[in-house]
Amino acid sequence: MMLSLLTIITGYWFDIRDLSNLSRKIEELIGDAGGPDWLIFVVSGLLGAIGIISFIGGVAVINIWVERRVVGRMQSRLGPNRLGPFGLLQPVADAIKLMQKEVLQPATASGLIFTLAPIMFTVPGIWLTAVLPWGRNMTLASLDSGVLFLLAASSLGALAVFMAGYSSNNKYALFGSMRVIAMLVSYEIPIVMALLGVVLFTGTMDLGGIVLFQEKYRVFMVMLQPLPFFIYFISVSAELNRTPADIAEAESEIVGGYHTEYSGMKFGLFYAAELINAVVVSAIISTLFLGGWWMYKLDELVPGWMIYIGKIYGVYFLFVWTRGTLPRFRIDQLLAFAWKWMTPMAILNLVLVAAEVLIWEESGWSAGLLLPAYIVINNALAVVTIYGFMTLLAPKFQRFPARLRFYPTIDVPSLPAVAAVDAAGGGPRAS
Amino acid sequence: MPDLLLVSVPLQHVLVLGGILFAIGLFVALSKRNAIGILMGIELMLNAVNVTLLAFSRYVVSPRPLDGQVFAVFVITVAAAEAAVALALAVAVYKHRETVNIDEIDMLRW
Amino acid sequence: MRPAAGPAHHDGEQSLIDDTGIVVAFYILAATTVVCALMVAFVRELIQAVLFLALTFVGVAGIYIVLSADFVAVVQVLIYAGAVAVLMTFAVMLTPAADRRNSETPFWGPALILSGLVLAVIVFVAYDTTWHLDKGRGAFPATAASLGEAFLKPYVVPFEVASVLLMTAMIGAIVLTKEDEGDADA
Repeated sequence: MMLSLLTIITGYWFDIRDLSNLSRKIEELIGDAGGPDWLIFVVSGLLGAIGIISFIGGVAVINIWVERRVVGRMQSRLGPNRLGPFGLLQPVADAIKLMQKEVLQPATASGLIFTLAPIMFTVPGIWLTAVLPWGRNMTLASLDSGVLFLLAASSLGALAVFMAGYSSNNKYALFGSMRVIAMLVSYEIPIVMALLGVVLFTGTMDLGGIVLFQEKYRVFMVMLQPLPFFIYFISVSAELNRTPADIAEAESEIVGGYHTEYSGMKFGLFYAAELINAVVVSAIISTLFLGGWWMYKLDELVPGWMIYIGKIYGVYFLFVWTRGTLPRFRIDQLLAFAWKWMTPMAILNLVLVAAEVLIWEESGWSAGLLLPAYIVINNALAVVTIYGFMTLLAPKFQRFPARLRFYPTIDVPSLPAVAAVDAAGGGPRAS
Repeated sequence: MPDLLLVSVPLQHVLVLGGILFAIGLFVALSKRNAIGILMGIELMLNAVNVTLLAFSRYVVSPRPLDGQVFAVFVITVAAAEAAVALALAVAVYKHRETVNIDEIDMLRW
Repeated sequence: MRPAAGPAHHDGEQSLIDDTGIVVAFYILAATTVVCALMVAFVRELIQAVLFLALTFVGVAGIYIVLSADFVAVVQVLIYAGAVAVLMTFAVMLTPAADRRNSETPFWGPALILSGLVLAVIVFVAYDTTWHLDKGRGAFPATAASLGEAFLKPYVVPFEVASVLLMTAMIGAIVLTKEDEGDADA
């Protein structure tokens, strides 16, 4: 009875399961009132953009609370709890604090680049939200090379980091930004190859097309491609400068890294940009690996974009979980991890996926026969690869050599002055 | 409402844009003192060539119109490889001579 | 939220890029790109010149999109603005004692005249030739799949040669900047 009710309202403007109905209604109103074509184009684009940006803005505020509270609870402490019930007004306090701080700019820093760097860091992240499929007909910019656009926008972040570090005219900021750029550039390669595995399987680079592939074969890509999921998750948390890879901006490491000299709302923009990028990356993972807005026909009851936002927050919880649990790596450990572990695993996976797609295309076997076999094979090989790399490549755990046992009666020779005092008969050891 | 802006972009305008970028790139490549500055001019010239190639691919009759785009991708690839090698050369020269000023790097051995 | 229509469909006699939004976008992008390229030439600091170059690359990518080459545009942003610009900033970083001013050699006068002459020749050729315009074709459909086929069917040999070239460039760059084993301990 509920389903028949839902099929009745399909297509009307108040069917919030598909927000394109609302936008189409507005386009019809403008078209009937005699507006030109380009006005309809601009208005529908603006509607979509306003919807997405309001979501992103809300996310940037809510995630401040989510991070601090959830990490606090994981570390057996309370987290913010003074401002509002459960500390829910903490982001408001943070925002007010950042806005009323004086924006100090060192006199020797180059003004334009210094101001432009936080903006250039934030904007590519917001570009990425335009290509995400929020629902079946709800993609703001349905690009044919959507996955490549993701990679291109992430690679612009490296330039912004360099601008921030260089224009601060501060040696530690420069060190921090060089480390971050080395890490960003190193981890781009495993990201490209992991996503290439997904694109090979689905046959399209269009993000909406990838979700439709998962819907058509009723499988989540994470089941078909566990190794790329693993590689992408770790590489992208390094790209986002999140723990365990936040060597460049942890306070105990290098002052503040590339945002040492930023204060007030400019620093607020860097901070918000990191949160926005984390959410955008979670959205990409949920689109490519977890099915996006599709959930085994649940999207007929619940609006697809709500399912999508739920999945985004699920993956974001995974990011916060790794942040709260793992210790930090050194920069050389991180770079070795990218080049010696992630890249070979990604290449192995690519060879395997190419073979599988070839078998699928050339032989006439149906997907219902092949895909379960592929799920089993890929998962088994992922486990074998990771375990093989761990046994072969990880440095051996060093135990103390047998000589160095700390016996309580070890005879420690004393310093010359102390020995002289002891020989003369005085001192606290004198009997 | 009559569409007052029914103009179009003729092929000549795109070619002139490519020409302007090429001329600016040529000026930068010929007149800068820093080796990295010269490389910037070369990259500008390669971009101008790509613009011209894609303009022809879009506008002109051709049995395989996408050939222009294929060529442009190859130009981008080769330009990236050449930028890497040129910058490695500049850094290697800097290690020996402490300068990348091309006016001072004028003898094979000192 | 998929926007309606987009470029109107034309047939036969119409010119080739004439949807209003795209025309306006082309001229704005062209002006921005040329201004950024001029700034690369005339700004006084090397780092600012490299950043204006990155902006020029992004502007040129926008022009590629106007010319209906969406795949090439994304590849341009990915490789040029994302990698070549970062390479140049790394090179500036690795040469700390070098001259950071973006100054010209004494021969900038002849260089200016020469580039002016080249521009004049290009403009003359562009306006004087009669081009065989393909009036009925319109914009390309999405190019990624067709470009992939073109790389693997007619142009597979240049594709493989390009990968060998990239590998050679990588090895060459590493060999050029590698420290000798003896110097590492000194």
